[in-house]
Amino acid sequence: MALHPIDHFAAGHRLRPIELLPWALAVGYFFLPNANLPLGTEILIWALFALSLDLVLGYTGIVSLGHAAFFGIGAYAAGLAARWLGWTEPISALLFAGLVAGAAGIVSGMIVLRTHGLTLLMLTMAVAVMLKEIANKLGWLTGGADGLQGIVIDPVLGLYRFDMFGRTSYVYALVVLFLAWIVARRIVHSPFGRGLVGIRENATRMSAIGSPVMRRMVTVYAISAALAGVAGALLAQSTRYVTLNVLSLEYSGDVLIMLVLGGMGRLYGAFAGATVFLVLRDELSKISPAYWGFGIGLLLVATVLFARGGLLGLVDIALARIRGKRS
Amino acid sequence: MKSMIRLAAAAALAFVLAPAASAETVKVGVITTMSGPFASLGQQMDQAIKLYMKLHAKDVEPHKIEIVLRDDTGPAPDVAKRLAQELITRDRVHMLSGVVFTPNAHAIAPLATEAKMPLVIMNAGTSVTTTLSPYFARVSFTLWQSSYPMGQWAQQAGIKSVFTAVTDYGPGHDAEAAFIKGFTEAGGKIAGSVRMPVANPDFVPFIQRAKDANPEAVFTFVPAGRQATAFMKTFAERGMREAGIRLIGPGDITTDEELPSMGDVPLGVVTVHHYSAAHDSPTNKAFQAAWKQEYGANAVPGFMAVGAWDGMHAISHVIKQLNGKIDGDKAMALLKGWKHESPRGPIMIDPDTRDIVQNEYIRRVEKLGNANANIEIGVIPAVKDPWKVFNPPK
Repeated sequence: MALHPIDHFAAGHRLRPIELLPWALAVGYFFLPNANLPLGTEILIWALFALSLDLVLGYTGIVSLGHAAFFGIGAYAAGLAARWLGWTEPISALLFAGLVAGAAGIVSGMIVLRTHGLTLLMLTMAVAVMLKEIANKLGWLTGGADGLQGIVIDPVLGLYRFDMFGRTSYVYALVVLFLAWIVARRIVHSPFGRGLVGIRENATRMSAIGSPVMRRMVTVYAISAALAGVAGALLAQSTRYVTLNVLSLEYSGDVLIMLVLGGMGRLYGAFAGATVFLVLRDELSKISPAYWGFGIGLLLVATVLFARGGLLGLVDIALARIRGKRS
Repeated sequence: MKSMIRLAAAAALAFVLAPAASAETVKVGVITTMSGPFASLGQQMDQAIKLYMKLHAKDVEPHKIEIVLRDDTGPAPDVAKRLAQELITRDRVHMLSGVVFTPNAHAIAPLATEAKMPLVIMNAGTSVTTTLSPYFARVSFTLWQSSYPMGQWAQQAGIKSVFTAVTDYGPGHDAEAAFIKGFTEAGGKIAGSVRMPVANPDFVPFIQRAKDANPEAVFTFVPAGRQATAFMKTFAERGMREAGIRLIGPGDITTDEELPSMGDVPLGVVTVHHYSAAHDSPTNKAFQAAWKQEYGANAVPGFMAVGAWDGMHAISHVIKQLNGKIDGDKAMALLKGWKHESPRGPIMIDPDTRDIVQNEYIRRVEKLGNANANIEIGVIPAVKDPWKVFNPPK
């Protein structure tokens, strides 16, 4: 029985119970007696960052090797505002960071999105490298390679202080990620989102049927940049420290690895990828502080060779097998 | 029934007679750099700690030291901070130590203060660091300790103009400021200054600029390890020596463990530093011999290893004195004024600043047998961190 296209569309939009599983796990984890909340917070932040990349890479097919540019802009916006302007209220600072990063996304998107393929890849990278160098040169403002120190952040809602155990950070990041996920989910299931998938599959055809390709690309690029900026601001607020790393090629690469690992173009790939990558890094570096990178590399090679859809792609294949056997 | 009672009585008796001074296991969290471009630094630290544990773990008996080592991947304060958070809240360590990079130490400072967690700094050498938390104590060095006397020495050695080239982060800024102060106070002239990026720098343009300024000497600081070797090689390739320009700096640029990979390029380079593997003392000879026995005849422990070695001595001093029950404030009280005969010479932790007081040596790279070594040609005894002398706490 084939679904009517409209029904198919609606079916994707409807919330399936399984989609609540990651949230149940994340909330449940908080109450575990031995929960590693600092690591949990880091995972939530990177999941948000990877989710933002999924919008441009997974759904629209824009390959970016410089997404840390927006992560870093967000982190520095929140950090500098707290450090120099006394803007210590966290939630409004988070929105401010998102807006700044989003604006940067519009400006750089209008320039770099005119190109595609390798040129686009290089340009996204160049933007991040340039920003990093600027942040390095403005040592009096950003602290340069020593990092931006002395950030003070007020308690969230005036009630919850950022504690040493990372409880506040974890819940705060979880709520922000949840809201961002609702936004992202709404976007990809909207007609606008379907248009993005169309651009990914065949941009020429999309413009032939009258879709404003460039405008849509810039729009989603800006939304993605804003979400990445919020993720960066979360990192700045939870660690109360910003370093040049947030603009580094490594961060751009790590987030890409997470997304590829988890599975692109499926929203939840970001969650799975960030969790697996960071947990693995943490565990491996406990076993071997010097050679943990090898394990991560091996997993990535295996994923790319044997599981093109990422880890969640594997789950899909497994489910399809089970269903196939049943019928 | 009777036997049951007897058994219970025996169990109760055993409980009562259990030794009052129970053996404690003191967990020490070590945050250092084990991967990435700076991995060699953390490895020296790790090796020194392992050697210490092998030879001296018995010193703290009946107590035990358990080392929990974590990799901070390089100058990455966010990672260091999370690791410290984990070590304190999850692994429940009693003390922290390690820390190669200044920014990492700075990120940990608020945590150490909040948790009253003593941190024995084994390397990170920016002067301001120890002022950031009352629970920081340093057994390594500060850049001011070596670079300020270096400036005075350069003037006395008849060098009239110097170009400075330092890495653009905390310790580099310190080295630059300290040298310029020491040198210009004594009447020297600065021909120019550049700062070089921390990550993967290409030294050619900077050395070319130094050459164009035509000074009598170049003063440089780069992070010890591979970068220093790269700088040294570029310095030779650019024909600086042929142009009659000398190279001077803190000992980070001619560390003992990197000298073998530098070839004959650094011959004649004069540095000021607190430790040379060639330092002539029984303590150092024993340390060097133990190291070679453990890691092979060609292995050379440098100042990174000595910092970690002395750090472990400081930690076990605290454990012994507190009988295995670590309390942050008591531990800091014991570290203040702690004196020790180190492979580098006599050292002390300044009771006022919790920073290291030690001899600084003027050394020249010379042939010693088949290998090159930092040969000490002068000593400045018991140097306190000059920056703290010039900037007393308000």
